[in-house]
Amino acid sequence: MSVGHRVASDHQLARLLQIGVVLEEVVEARAYHNYQSLADEDRKLDPEIETLLEEAAEESADHRERLETVIDELDAESIPFEDIETLVEAKYGQTKPEDFDGVLYDQLCNEETAYKFYDDLIEAIEASDAEFSVDREHLLKELREIREEEAAGVEEVTQIMETRE
Amino acid sequence: MNTADQYLKAIYLIQQVEDGPASTGRLADTLDVSPASANEMIGKLESRGLAEHEKYKGVSLTEEGIVKARDALETYCVIERFLANVLAVDEFREEARELEPVIDDLVAERLDTIIDRNAECPDCFDPESDACRYLELESERPAD
Repeated sequence: MSVGHRVASDHQLARLLQIGVVLEEVVEARAYHNYQSLADEDRKLDPEIETLLEEAAEESADHRERLETVIDELDAESIPFEDIETLVEAKYGQTKPEDFDGVLYDQLCNEETAYKFYDDLIEAIEASDAEFSVDREHLLKELREIREEEAAGVEEVTQIMETRE
Repeated sequence: MNTADQYLKAIYLIQQVEDGPASTGRLADTLDVSPASANEMIGKLESRGLAEHEKYKGVSLTEEGIVKARDALETYCVIERFLANVLAVDEFREEARELEPVIDDLVAERLDTIIDRNAECPDCFDPESDACRYLELESERPAD
């Protein structure tokens, strides 16, 4: 067991980015299913939440693609993401939050979790002196941008929750 | 998972195997740290009321320490099971150990939503094999 908090190799970096892809997949699936779970009349009543969930799903898809691009450039074996997509879809096909507050709270957890993940990952890369087969500065820039978008997501959901109180 | 949690989990598992306190040497070996580092962290855990150290015998967890160690072990089980069953990683034990310091509990909670853990978790964790005893592995299944 290691108590070191750093990313030591291409392989480990690729694995962490794969975990990021799955997290984004989960966020996308949850946002989509939460959106679908809103009844038709409720969707008309609350365009703000509808837009939020739509944008969250789009943003996660974008983050996932950016992470996959980095993974492809790394010297590490890949995994079949189609299988993961199917698995996540199967798990979320049955889940339904009960109301708007549940939807918003869930979305807040999604954004906070993603933010924490990227924050820890950036810190672990910064703490490492390992040579990666991708440009370190480009990698960090990409991850910091994604982290900032997650931070903005947390802010946005929090504001909507506050105005609804 | 933070460093203190990794220590708590290691002490908990050593205590299970030894059926008694965990010696500093064994703890340091398990975590691949120096005995001085292990002693320093044991002191911190003691001051937080999570562990008790008895000279020449070793360290034992308090009730509060056990609760935290079991939470940390659950997080570890999530990481192992996720690597083995979702990402189909053969070397899931080694990779889980490498990744646990970088995976936060919040992240593990989300990963937990797409895996199937046994209700007994973390009691089904076998310290000897360093994995859940119910974990099904593609590579270890008998051929048809």
